[in-house]
Amino acid sequence: MRVRRGIKALLPKALAVLLSAGIAASVIGCGAKPAAETTATTSTFTPPANPEVILATTTSTADTGLLDAILPMFKAKTGYDVKPIAVGSGAAKAMGDRGEADVMLLHAKDYELDSVNSGSGINRTLIMHNDFVVAGPPDDPAGIKGMASSVEAFKKLAAAKVTVITRAMNSGTDLAESKIWAAAAIDPVGQSWYIQSGQGMGASLLVASEKGAYCLTDRGTYLKNQANLTLDILVQGDTAYMLNVYHALEVNPAKWPKVNNAGAKAFIEFLVSPEIQQFISTFGVDRYGQPLFFPDAGKSEAEVGG
Amino acid sequence: MDIIINGIVQAFQLLIHGDRGVLEVALLSLGISLSATAISLITGVTLGTVLALTRFTGRRFLISLVNTGMGAPPVVVGLMVTIFLWRSGPLGLLHILYTPAAMVIAQVLISLPLIVGFTLAAIQNIDPKLRMQMVALGASRVQMVWLLLREARLPLLAAVMAGFGAIISEVGASTMVGGNILHQTRVFTTAIVQETGRGEFGLAVALSILLMVLVYVVNLVLTFAQQRSKLR
Repeated sequence: MRVRRGIKALLPKALAVLLSAGIAASVIGCGAKPAAETTATTSTFTPPANPEVILATTTSTADTGLLDAILPMFKAKTGYDVKPIAVGSGAAKAMGDRGEADVMLLHAKDYELDSVNSGSGINRTLIMHNDFVVAGPPDDPAGIKGMASSVEAFKKLAAAKVTVITRAMNSGTDLAESKIWAAAAIDPVGQSWYIQSGQGMGASLLVASEKGAYCLTDRGTYLKNQANLTLDILVQGDTAYMLNVYHALEVNPAKWPKVNNAGAKAFIEFLVSPEIQQFISTFGVDRYGQPLFFPDAGKSEAEVGG
Repeated sequence: MDIIINGIVQAFQLLIHGDRGVLEVALLSLGISLSATAISLITGVTLGTVLALTRFTGRRFLISLVNTGMGAPPVVVGLMVTIFLWRSGPLGLLHILYTPAAMVIAQVLISLPLIVGFTLAAIQNIDPKLRMQMVALGASRVQMVWLLLREARLPLLAAVMAGFGAIISEVGASTMVGGNILHQTRVFTTAIVQETGRGEFGLAVALSILLMVLVYVVNLVLTFAQQRSKLR
């Protein structure tokens, strides 16, 4: 008797609670989505056969908030649902090179050309640029403030053995920084004053700020984090080394048949459309008093200066 | 310090205004982690019971694997699941990478060993005389297992809390297999990492507070279930 009653009483309550709560939450969670979808279906376009587009991109496009702003516009206009995977440019290129992404948005010329040469990336398209700056402590112990050449400034940093923070991570910023070190004929890796943060740009700037160190950063991320930093822009405007140019590439469908090339094409078309280029030119002005990116669609690389 | 105070204020504002974005993140976090916990619970309790009540060759080896799995680094699980779900991977045909389903899979793999391990320990901890008594009273095998589980309900609910706690607070695997995509796979932990990276510390702290409140509420419900059933 005791045994029977035990079985009947036993329906594990926790399990029931968990299951129903999990299902309810997923249903509500999905229910929250159609708001965006219904607005999308009211506009005039034929829904794409494969609406899912994977975008492998550098972190700065996500961290500045640009993607969060434009991806809903893209969805409303075309029905494509872009999934941005924000990693370093090196990792983003690696995803494209394996056919794990449909479209890439990078800021690392060497990686982009490498991807094109290997046949993984096609139709490399200029989208926009901003620039890199050298940020450092306001008292500037190395005395590089106002220098015009980033190479000369880096030589001075190395001579003064002041702490320099680098992201490493094979990011676009990392690549730009290594070129300056190479031009200065200095190999900083392994030096006690050269610290690899191994984190994103925003986090690396915080480390630099806390340590009173110098750091090469893109201007957009610096502006976004400026309020939390005791770092000044010390060197800027060296167009030979400090331009930060963003290109989009389609992942080659001939090499990777599973990619959504129609979606990739549509997304790049959208990025270079006058509407979005106009949007990029004013993005961030309201919060930072200056734009975070400058639109470059239709220009040649030489015109931008890259 | 001002950041934390600012974060607390912001957390209250988000709660009072019923911020849609935060609500969505909360529901996604809950939906994904509760589903994963439920799946782990069903499979984990079954596997744990089998491991506790049967004897076969390789059993101890299997248990050592489970015990190691209890401490498996979530990022390693995340990396493996990502590679399996890639288009080029063995499960690429499923097309579920960067969806909540992928996150549920990763979270099940993280929480399952915890629940198997806890179940195993709980059932083995029951006095073997009870089993003999049940057999003597003519209990069938099914009846015996049910009774043993009922006897072990306190540690089993602790297992649920440990499993749920491990996955709702997990960030590495969630970022890798989910991608932190807005409206789809952005959960509390991945959003906190992102907002911290963006320098939005106030919002990051606010989200952290809301996450802890959520975890507390879930554990409160489970604790009540645990302690109430003890009295019966």
